[in-house]
Amino acid sequence: MGFFFQELVNGITTGALYSLIALGFSMVYGVLKLLNFAHGDLYMVGAFIGYFVIQWFGGPQGLKVPVPLLLVIMFVLSAGLVGGLGVAIERFAYRPLRDAPRIAPLITAIGISFLLENSALLLVGAQYRVYNTPDFIKFSSGIQIGSVSIDSVQITVVVLGLALMVGLRLLVNRTRLGKQMRAVSADREAAEMLGINVNLTIAATFFLGSALAGVAGVMAGLLFNQVNNTIGFIAGLKAFTAAVVGGIGSLPGAMLGGLLIGIAESFITGYLSSTYTNLFVFALLILVMLVRPSGLFGRAQLQKV
Amino acid sequence: MSLDPQPPATGPEVGADEWVARHAHRREYLPSWLGVAQRAVERVGWWPRLALVALAGAALPALGLGGFQVQVGIDTMEVALLAVGLNIVVGWAGILDLGYVAFLGFGGYAFALLSSSQLGGAGVHLPAILSIPVVMVAAALLGLLVGWPSRRLIGDYLAIVTLFFGEAFVEFTNNVAPGVLGGPNGIVGIDPIHSFAVSLTSNVSYYYLLVIVLVAAMAVLRLLENSRTGRAWRAVREDPLAAASMTIPVNRVKLMAFAFGAMVAALTGTIFAAQQISVFPTDFDTPFLILIYAALILGGAGSIAGAATGAVVVMVIYDGLLRNATYSGYVFYLLIALTLVAKVRPWRRLGVVLAALVAFGLALRAIVGAISASAVAGAPASTGWLGTALRDWVVIPANSTGAGDWGYVLLICLLIALVQVKGVWRTALMVPAIYVGAFVWETKLAANPAITREIMIGAILIVMMNARPQGLLGTRRVEVVT
Repeated sequence: MGFFFQELVNGITTGALYSLIALGFSMVYGVLKLLNFAHGDLYMVGAFIGYFVIQWFGGPQGLKVPVPLLLVIMFVLSAGLVGGLGVAIERFAYRPLRDAPRIAPLITAIGISFLLENSALLLVGAQYRVYNTPDFIKFSSGIQIGSVSIDSVQITVVVLGLALMVGLRLLVNRTRLGKQMRAVSADREAAEMLGINVNLTIAATFFLGSALAGVAGVMAGLLFNQVNNTIGFIAGLKAFTAAVVGGIGSLPGAMLGGLLIGIAESFITGYLSSTYTNLFVFALLILVMLVRPSGLFGRAQLQKV
Repeated sequence: MSLDPQPPATGPEVGADEWVARHAHRREYLPSWLGVAQRAVERVGWWPRLALVALAGAALPALGLGGFQVQVGIDTMEVALLAVGLNIVVGWAGILDLGYVAFLGFGGYAFALLSSSQLGGAGVHLPAILSIPVVMVAAALLGLLVGWPSRRLIGDYLAIVTLFFGEAFVEFTNNVAPGVLGGPNGIVGIDPIHSFAVSLTSNVSYYYLLVIVLVAAMAVLRLLENSRTGRAWRAVREDPLAAASMTIPVNRVKLMAFAFGAMVAALTGTIFAAQQISVFPTDFDTPFLILIYAALILGGAGSIAGAATGAVVVMVIYDGLLRNATYSGYVFYLLIALTLVAKVRPWRRLGVVLAALVAFGLALRAIVGAISASAVAGAPASTGWLGTALRDWVVIPANSTGAGDWGYVLLICLLIALVQVKGVWRTALMVPAIYVGAFVWETKLAANPAITREIMIGAILIVMMNARPQGLLGTRRVEVVT
């Protein structure tokens, strides 16, 4: 039984990570109806920013600042910079195509993703960069319940992930900006006629979504310990799956979808073999698409004539 | 009864009024003298043009080009075939198929299994005249299967399913049945294409085979384009609902597009596998898909000639020129010059920009050189007369790698700013942007051709979609706003 719960804990941790990426992806889809293929690569950029913050503050062995402060700096800086990058991409590449045929922004997004991945390759090289998390956050500093051990990185990831999700939910449901986002998502032209600054709202959505991807990138660095320029693509695919399983455009759906994918992956790796995890995730997505394209929480799209 | 005395030559497009149609017609041509050349080419008919290009292609090896150029030619024609096939799905039927490269992989793997010692004890060694049709039919069936969700899913949803089909193919060949498919080690020792007493062993023979196959495929697709099916594809692309009410069987027509596209890709895959003598899962991964898309988008989705032209342009730069620092330098500066000539109007302004560019570089180099000698101690990556010309113009520090990294980030920022500002500011910003571009090229990009060419592919997709979505030779689509 211990093994089962250990795998469950690991699954929830990775699931929280996927949820965060899927949330940003789903938000962008909500307001722009655009599959942002570059979203996974923003997560990769966030992971690199975390790595460079550790290096600036003396490296994992000789940190010059206390660990909590380091974590705050990593998360805030990564969220801010990646959020800004997301806004720049939207302004530069997607906004001119807002009224173009649907295929145009999709292809642009693929181009952006490819550009980001290879720019990272050019700037930092292909070798894996290592966070060395155990050097500054000790494994022993976690909780032990029976034979299940939860280390403090996992706690940090899950708690921060939950806090962000709750915060996002409040922001979308309770604030003025959230209301504007929902309005733009429902009908962009009508929102514009009601005096909502659509460009600003879309930019804000991109900032929030990309910032979540940046935070998830730092979490991934802390959890999996190593980053390189290709981690974004596969994480992006997993986040797509999470968003689609939950119902694309639905925020609770994205959270739940992420958790589901994380837990399922963890159990497959634990009980079967890690070779089939990705194949399983891809097959799951295709299956959900065929059986229930609107996902668990999505509403079926009605096509207007 | 039209009030306008001059109806457009091509007739009004569906869903567009006449003014829009004429405007669109003018915009179909490339800017300035490129458009003049385009009109001249258009005066020659489609079939004579195909014949001329085929003759030129067949004559190339006879000019005494070496093994390397022949290999580039083979790669180019393979990508051209794939782009022409992808054009059926993306350009005509308007379906974003992001798993297209998996059909290429399917063709490659199926051919490999049918003509190597991989299956059973002694293996299967079918002659190509049998195995290629079998593979193509199987691929068409697979295309029908992958296209099946298109009955219910549209647009983005279908794109996701196809993308995941492509990824699943790579995962599948990597992990499942390693005894048969070879896992990451792939399948090696594939027979050459052989039938009766003929066996293709040299690269030149594959080159000629590809010329024949490509020309035949283009001819067949040209006939298909204006057939009943071809017109139905375009009708479904423009408006599925209207097409359905005109009694076009929308679902069947979409499935046919998938099947035809898959067939062309699988055919390419067989030749690819036989020429390489091996197939690996990584051959059929996303970067190759994006390369095919770049070729199609650059040339113009919806046009056979466009797809083939795009493939030639992309592959000659990607595969041929971006391997050698000197050649790639010529390409880089030529592209900048072409963009300036095509985009900066009037000529006076172009002159001012060029003069300012030269003066800016010389002045900056002199100032930086006066402050610190080591900041100008490096040499440009370009050699030959280009390197000599650049030596006194561009600032290159002795240890240039770090500076190149920051230069790259600065260049991206400048390019974004350049797109945002208008008028005289844009002209003013052009000078530092080009200068930083040259700096980054000489310090960073020219030294890493393998990465530079991938960046180029990404940039092609973004720039073309924003600046000229119809591509070099495609026709502009007028979107009916609902």
